[in-house]
Amino acid sequence: MKALVPVKRVIDYNVKVRVKADGSGVDLANVKMSMNPFDEIAVEEAIRLKEAGKVDEIVAVSIGVKQAQETLRTALAMGADRAILVVATDDVHADIEPLAVAKILKAIVDEEQPGLVLCGKQAIDNDMNATGQMLSALLGWSQATFASEVDVEGNSAKITREVDGGLQTISVKMPAIVTVDLRLNEPRYASLPNIMKAKKKPLDEKSAADYGVDVSPRLEVVKTEEPAQRAAGITVGSVDELIEKLKEAGAV
Amino acid sequence: MAVLLLAEVTGGELAMDATAKAVTAAQALGDVTVLAAGASAAAAGDAAAKIAGVSKVLVAEDASLGHRLAEPTAALIASLAGDYEHIVAPATTDAKNILPRVAALLDVMIISDATAVVDGATFERPIYAGNAIQTMKSSDAKKVITFRTANFDAAGEGGSASVETISAADNPGLSEWVENKVAKSDRPELTSAGIVVSGGRGVGSEEDFALIETLADKLGAAVGASRAAVDSGYAANDLQVGQTGKVVAPELYVAVGISGAIQHLAGMKDSKVIVAINKDEEAPIFQVADFGLVADLFDAVPELTQKL
Ligand SMILES: Cc1cc2nc3c(=O)[nH]c(=O)nc-3n(C[C@H](O)[C@H](O)[C@H](O)COP(=O)(O)OP(=O)(O)OC[C@H]3O[C@@H](n4cnc5c(N)ncnc54)[C@H](O)[C@@H]3O)c2cc1C
Ligand SMILES: Nc1ncnc2c1ncn2[C@@H]1O[C@H](COP(=O)(O)O)[C@@H](O)[C@H]1O
Repeated sequence: MKALVPVKRVIDYNVKVRVKADGSGVDLANVKMSMNPFDEIAVEEAIRLKEAGKVDEIVAVSIGVKQAQETLRTALAMGADRAILVVATDDVHADIEPLAVAKILKAIVDEEQPGLVLCGKQAIDNDMNATGQMLSALLGWSQATFASEVDVEGNSAKITREVDGGLQTISVKMPAIVTVDLRLNEPRYASLPNIMKAKKKPLDEKSAADYGVDVSPRLEVVKTEEPAQRAAGITVGSVDELIEKLKEAGAV
Repeated sequence: MAVLLLAEVTGGELAMDATAKAVTAAQALGDVTVLAAGASAAAAGDAAAKIAGVSKVLVAEDASLGHRLAEPTAALIASLAGDYEHIVAPATTDAKNILPRVAALLDVMIISDATAVVDGATFERPIYAGNAIQTMKSSDAKKVITFRTANFDAAGEGGSASVETISAADNPGLSEWVENKVAKSDRPELTSAGIVVSGGRGVGSEEDFALIETLADKLGAAVGASRAAVDSGYAANDLQVGQTGKVVAPELYVAVGISGAIQHLAGMKDSKVIVAINKDEEAPIFQVADFGLVADLFDAVPELTQKL
């Protein structure tokens, strides 16, 4: 079985985000970019499935600017076998919406015929939490979101999902779309020799037009603002003072 | 203009708080029809009919809708979509599972975690873990939206909407429910509690997490946790507060042994009063705290619990 893993290039999760003065978005020029943390978990899971003999090839896909190549090289260095870069914009500030990403991914799935797609649960830039679900709808495949355990057994997979009330286990028919949550695994670091080897692994470059997908956004950004700042607080010297302040504030 | 609102139904019961908050958001968009779907959903539908501002309730009962599996529930909503301009739900894990699927079936974008309604096509939503708030205008014919409940007050009671029974859509039969592991607790529910006490990695162990629970019980509070506390097994996954966990905005939020990473702040910085107890005076959590106590939690928390 082939596994397809969509990986997104996003601002590194440690970077302090700055809103652009013109309100058009967040400043992404010259900031550190990394693979979306959830996607690292998805790549790791695909590698573990390969190590367990349940997957025989891992294809990583990224959609966005040309620089997303670096993200794909990271996936290849971790252990993906080949990569597909879909250049859909040349503007580092343009975010391709989940619906357009899902349409491109559907076209790639039609070509590649994977048995499993492992997505992240959410991209930490747009915080949409939508692409996997949308891809699943477009393909008419089964869907298991927020996975903290993945157990592939032949024609089905048992997936434990992190939900508001605790954990839910479902069994999905293959082929399936799984979106991964934080506690599924701990992603490995790519070793230096693997980083070198990754440079030789195949990376195909395509464009959104190759798949006939219109990536123009459905949601127009009217403005982007900093969130309201909280007023400065105070340091209390003791538990007694804390209780006193809380009583004054009517909080207890 | 009509709005279809997917009620939060768990095990046949209506989650009143989440649903009533979404009703408040939806009312700004038009006439609200609530859909109660489940293996049993009639009681939930009756409860939803009593929410002020709901004009109609649709009840769909079918085994396939029992555990809110995405495929049959999304198919049902898509089959009803013709009558509505907006399809909305509270931003619970159920809705986040289902509504993007609905949006794709309708070939429209999803607007996730909206925090404010500007007009029928324009919404605010946080991005980058709440470090920016974006106003987005949709050009889609239908708008599919999840609303972040922490930002809306619950609609009151006193409604008397009509209730109509409808049938489920065909079950595509792609997935099956196996089991739930639900932590039973008598404490208030995290996202609707007036007070939340959260513990982080600083608490150090699952046993010592009892310190957090005892303080919470003294305050009648819900218990929350940082990702580090959940990853380390001190607390259950459904207690995680943050960018990728639950978003809370209680009257009082007490953060104990939590450093205050942006991903955690994203889930609690709209709380009315924030208390931080941390032994590191440089911890970023103090930047959002109204009252900061620099202390060892193993001294401060028992003392606080005892003196309250
Ligand atoms: C993709 C992604 C998503 C994430 N989503 C979330 C999320 O939703 N929610 C979330 O919380 N995190 C999330 N995180 C993790 C986040 O970045 C931090 O790692 C996490 O919040 C740290 O948890 P913590 O504050 O408990 O632990 P630490 O950062 O280790 O802080 C522990 C604190 O305890 C204090 N302490 C230690 N001992 C004591 C003592 N005896 N008395 C008093 N204080 C003490 C220390 O001074 C320290 O400040 C996410 C990360 C990523 C990459
Ligand atoms: N531009 C993209 N390129 C590759 N994968 C993506 C892209 N956008 C989203 N994804 C995948 O979809 C997941 C969820 O993203 P989102 O729906 O934007 O929150 C991510 O974790 C990725 O696995």
